[in-house]
Amino acid sequence: MGIFVIRRTLISLVTIVIISMVVFGIVKSAPGDPYGELATNPSISPERIAELRDNLGLNDPIPQQYVLWATSYIRGDWGDCYSQCDSVAPYILGRIPVTIAVIGSSFILSLLIAIPIGVISAFRQYSLFDQFATTFAFLGFSLPTFFTGTLLIYIFGIRLNDTPLSLPFVFDRTTEGIWPNIQQSLMPVMVLGLASAASLTRFVRASMLEVLGQDYIRTARAKGLKEQSVVILHGMRNGMIPVVTVIALQIPEVFGGAIITEQIFSVPGIGSALVQSIRAADNPVAISITLMIAVLVVIFNVIADLLYALLDPRIKLA
Amino acid sequence: MSQEAKLNPGQIGAPSPAAGPQPRLSDVEARNSMASARKQRSLWGDAWNQFKKHRLAMIGLVVFVAMILITFIGNALYGRPYDSVFAYDSSVSPSMDNLLGTNSLGQDMLARILWGGRISLAVGIIAATIAIVLGTAVGAIAGFFGGLTDTILMRITDLFLSLPQLPLLLLITYLFSPSLQQWSNDRFGSVNVGVFLLIIVVISAFNWMPTARLVRASFLATKERDFVEAAHSIGATRGSLMLKHIMPNVLSPIIVAATLGVGTAIITESSLSFLGLGFPPGIPTWGSMLYEARQYLQTSPHESLIPGFFVFLTVLSINYVGDGLRDALDPRRTK
Repeated sequence: MGIFVIRRTLISLVTIVIISMVVFGIVKSAPGDPYGELATNPSISPERIAELRDNLGLNDPIPQQYVLWATSYIRGDWGDCYSQCDSVAPYILGRIPVTIAVIGSSFILSLLIAIPIGVISAFRQYSLFDQFATTFAFLGFSLPTFFTGTLLIYIFGIRLNDTPLSLPFVFDRTTEGIWPNIQQSLMPVMVLGLASAASLTRFVRASMLEVLGQDYIRTARAKGLKEQSVVILHGMRNGMIPVVTVIALQIPEVFGGAIITEQIFSVPGIGSALVQSIRAADNPVAISITLMIAVLVVIFNVIADLLYALLDPRIKLA
Repeated sequence: MSQEAKLNPGQIGAPSPAAGPQPRLSDVEARNSMASARKQRSLWGDAWNQFKKHRLAMIGLVVFVAMILITFIGNALYGRPYDSVFAYDSSVSPSMDNLLGTNSLGQDMLARILWGGRISLAVGIIAATIAIVLGTAVGAIAGFFGGLTDTILMRITDLFLSLPQLPLLLLITYLFSPSLQQWSNDRFGSVNVGVFLLIIVVISAFNWMPTARLVRASFLATKERDFVEAAHSIGATRGSLMLKHIMPNVLSPIIVAATLGVGTAIITESSLSFLGLGFPPGIPTWGSMLYEARQYLQTSPHESLIPGFFVFLTVLSINYVGDGLRDALDPRRTK
């Protein structure tokens, strides 16, 4: 197990390095010059611009520029914001916990919905409950997050609210205390949670259907176990293992959903910060957030992989 | 003849005039006609018959085809302009005069839905097609050649799978959009062509990986089969092995993935536009209509709900078609 953990961590470090190269490559190959505007200014000589470019290291070979860029990230020097904040690193790091909290609780919500519904659906295949559940999963699967969010605001914020102007769930950084914060995060968590619950339910159902057809389930029934323990102890323990992989595969998508949800509900996380920084043309913030999300996705993938190995003893820990 | 009569106990005790060669002939005829009916049934005919039994998939197909038709010819039939500001009263709710109402600028919603749907659907279909072709090529090459080629291609696939799609899409569109708009304005006289191409390229660049994995797995399994070995032994070239012998056998999952890919691409484009970072203002894609209508959700909700519903309906119908195709093209599921 120890070797597996080390190996997996090393691979993910390599992945992070390659991803950072990809992001750097994208930024570098984008047209536009940081001193492009100065070139049209007659009071600045071309020599002065060349000097400025040289000071910035823009004339260095590309690999050298990458190393400089990457090491400053590792040192925690992420540059200064153009407009949104003073320094990029504290700004982004301060917002990450919010995003993690929203994504984490939406995952818990989606598991709480998807596992029972998926298991019951599989256990009672083609029953009325199953048909309802699969239909709703299909509808949820086809609902884009931005539309679910808009619908929820419309239904709960406008139609069912006496004082329509105060949308109670829109994040507001002046609010203190735990309860208002929970209340405010309900809607974004619901939108994200329902979106991933829809596809997760389908996977749980499919996985459970496969497991319930196995010989060891028949054996368990044959030796007279109660149906509950057949399904829960023998069925679910095996049926839930592939679900972990599916959750891992959903992680990049969930971060995408989080950007939209945070934007709709003004959650002060990194997703809404990304959108705002792009609208404000604040390049250092936009680039750093993209990189941070990529790193977070890799980290969560490692965690899911380790969980998978822990849950399934059949996985070769090589 | 006697053997058959013994096998058929019903005819032994009752030798009527009709019994004898007569019914046997009709038997043969029936069998012949059955055989000819069987001959005419192709793989695709079978799949279509199977597909027709899936009621929701058929409804989905009808809705999707209707959606394509009305968005591509609807504007001409409907006649009202999609972009003239203050042509009608602003923020009118749907009524008989304005079927889907108007938006806050007094533009006709139905005309905008039709016009924007054309763009959303075109982006979705083209981007999904490119992604499928790319993914199939990568998966086929990796699965067929194996070895180092496979390792390298699959590592690249894994890398792309672990990239967060939406943030990178946002960053790339943001960084490249201005210069592409400039280029497209110089070349085509409109900035929109550049944005259209950019959005298609970035969406397809991030959506080929699942297909690549799927096709690779199918290729790995199929290339070991006897008929491939037989084709190889009579001298089929690599190209013909890949395209003529293996590809038709792995086509079903590709078709299903392609269908579902259209839905994903439509959602991605709408999400970009919803964040205000897709098409420039003035191009009413369904996503950007939602973006523009957000602040009026309270006073005129139809401006948000109608485009959102169209995205939902289109994606839902595509997903049902994909579901039906999955059942129809999988011979193991045929009842």
